Amino acid sequence: MSDALLSVRDLSVEFTTYGRTQPVLHGVSLDVPARSHVALVGESGSGKTVTMKSIMGLLHMPPASISSGAILYDGRDLLTMPRRERLKLTGTDMSMVFQDPMSSLNPVFTIADQMSTILKYADRRLGRSRSRRERMQRVLEVLAQVRMREPERVARSYPIMLSGGMRQRVLIAMALLSEPRLLIADEPGTALDVTTQAQILKLLKDLVEERGLALLMITHNLGVVRETSDYVYVMHKGVVVEEAPTAELFAAPKVAYTRALIDAVPRLTGARPAERTEAAP
Amino acid sequence: MEFLRFLLRRVLWSLLVLVGLSMVIFIIARAVPGDPARMALGPTATQEQVADLQKKLGLDRPIVEQYGLFVVGLAHGDLGRSLLTERPVNDDIRDTFAATLELVLATIFIAVVCGVPLGVVAAYWKDRWPDNAVRLVAIFSAVTPSFFLALLLQILAGYVLHILPTTGRLPPNFDFAPGYTGLVLVDSIIAGRPDAFLEGLRYLLLPAISLAAATMGQMARITRSSMIDVSSQDYIEASRAFGVPEWVRVCKYMLRPSFVPPLTILGLEFASLIGNAFVVELVFAWPGMAAYGIRTILQKDLNAVMGVVMVSGVFFVLVNLVIDLLVGLVDPRVRIRGSRQ
Ligand SMILES: Nc1ncnc2c1ncn2[C@@H]1O[C@H](COP(=O)(O)OP(=O)(O)OP(=O)(O)O)[C@@H](O)[C@H]1O
Ligand SMILES: [Mg+2]
Repeated sequence: MSDALLSVRDLSVEFTTYGRTQPVLHGVSLDVPARSHVALVGESGSGKTVTMKSIMGLLHMPPASISSGAILYDGRDLLTMPRRERLKLTGTDMSMVFQDPMSSLNPVFTIADQMSTILKYADRRLGRSRSRRERMQRVLEVLAQVRMREPERVARSYPIMLSGGMRQRVLIAMALLSEPRLLIADEPGTALDVTTQAQILKLLKDLVEERGLALLMITHNLGVVRETSDYVYVMHKGVVVEEAPTAELFAAPKVAYTRALIDAVPRLTGARPAERTEAAP
Repeated sequence: MEFLRFLLRRVLWSLLVLVGLSMVIFIIARAVPGDPARMALGPTATQEQVADLQKKLGLDRPIVEQYGLFVVGLAHGDLGRSLLTERPVNDDIRDTFAATLELVLATIFIAVVCGVPLGVVAAYWKDRWPDNAVRLVAIFSAVTPSFFLALLLQILAGYVLHILPTTGRLPPNFDFAPGYTGLVLVDSIIAGRPDAFLEGLRYLLLPAISLAAATMGQMARITRSSMIDVSSQDYIEASRAFGVPEWVRVCKYMLRPSFVPPLTILGLEFASLIGNAFVVELVFAWPGMAAYGIRTILQKDLNAVMGVVMVSGVFFVLVNLVIDLLVGLVDPRVRIRGSRQ
């Protein structure tokens, strides 16, 4: 399995607050091969976001500290490589789709401004250079790729002028700016209504398939797992308790915890209208 | 569009407030014991002379009528005649207002240019020593009365160290007087007189610093808490994940959304700033509205009192209008919706 694009090996993370050290991840291991669609599922507080932040180098240390383990990307350990090298990968070759479209965009800058700023510094880290015009062109290109109907208008807009679904598309576009090979999505669209969320998941899936990207989908929703992944890791209290190809997991969950998750969660897409209204808040 | 409506609403409100202000001051000024005519003429004047002057000033008419006459004058931009200087109040105020304006503008400049960066520094090094230092400075400058600071600075910089002048606006018998705008710093540039600019600056420094300290402390405090608020927002975390460098995140992504609260506070603080300006002007013998305003109040020079109050009120309203515009410029949410959130 060492040829996986992303390989988290035996990762343990703890938080120290007010002198008390509390382990949060206990030897988590997972693999995301190139072009594969992997899901990480677990209830709230199980450590999914902490896993994602460790991978993306977003943990605030302190209070967090990584007590053991390795995170291999392309065979190189992100945790031991020089910071400069790591910054060349995060946000560019491995990129994030953020969860909350309402709060993940800066309210006082236009979409174009925010996207081209990201692109500018990504280019700089990678030693590339692009003129302002070329950057703008790339921004519009990516906005069109996420099926935005009027990219120019969206680019000129402030977040407040866009609907939730459109903002979530912008967040996806941001992740695609530097042509990543790995997308990590932490509960994308959970803040949206069910119909829009389904559209967003469909879009994400299409994009990932079209461009042959690897996807690590982080969610607490097994309906989302079924729709978007081929392989799934189930996490509980900072431990991966079960892993299996998605179909197998649904057919024959081995662990009681997984069984409970499957029973608890209604299906998301393909739901009949009656079920849909039921599921909506 | 929404923003225009928002501004229009603010202007209408301000006008209403100004009308209210004029009534309240008018009534208070007349309710205070003491006869303006008697005070103007002195104890030796006869009863007939006093009655004559009262009649001339319209003081014998009902107060509603007096107010009506005042408003009619105001609508024509005429504030009437001062009993004290026996000149039109308009002229008296024009001569003194520019000095006050220059002092106040310099104060706002210092408060913002020093206060906001201090707040940024404090927020960036939250709970570390720069933060503690800034917080200490902010508290001290906020609780030190400006007249006390003014005296302190005057003694220290003027009499002990002899580095800055302590009274006036320009050296005595200086061959330069502000013309076009009435502001020494601006007019000296227009006139191509760098020496006058420097002199003006030297004289302006102490009064402006004394007056700015309290507001600067407020700016630093508000900017700090606002920055800390914004720093925990998802969009800041997101820009970190996308590899936007730290200084861009702090100075652009965090600062701009943090800028509205300090601006708003500046608008609110402005009223007490004008009040403090009067005190500071007296300490530094700054030829602004203060000395005039206080003399007229003591003398019950009714027209002049009303004039000073109304000009201060309009000044307050205008500054707040400019701040509203700036807020709209900084935060598109205000521009688009006419409000935040
Ligand atoms: N900054 C922190 N300080 C202390 N403990 C933390 C911190 N961040 C996370 N934790 C702890 O780590 C555990 C895992 O949190 P995490 O956010 O990864 O859960 P999650 O699986 O993403 O849950 P959710 O589905 O609600 O997003 C939680 O028990 C939480 O208390
Ligand atoms: Mg989470």
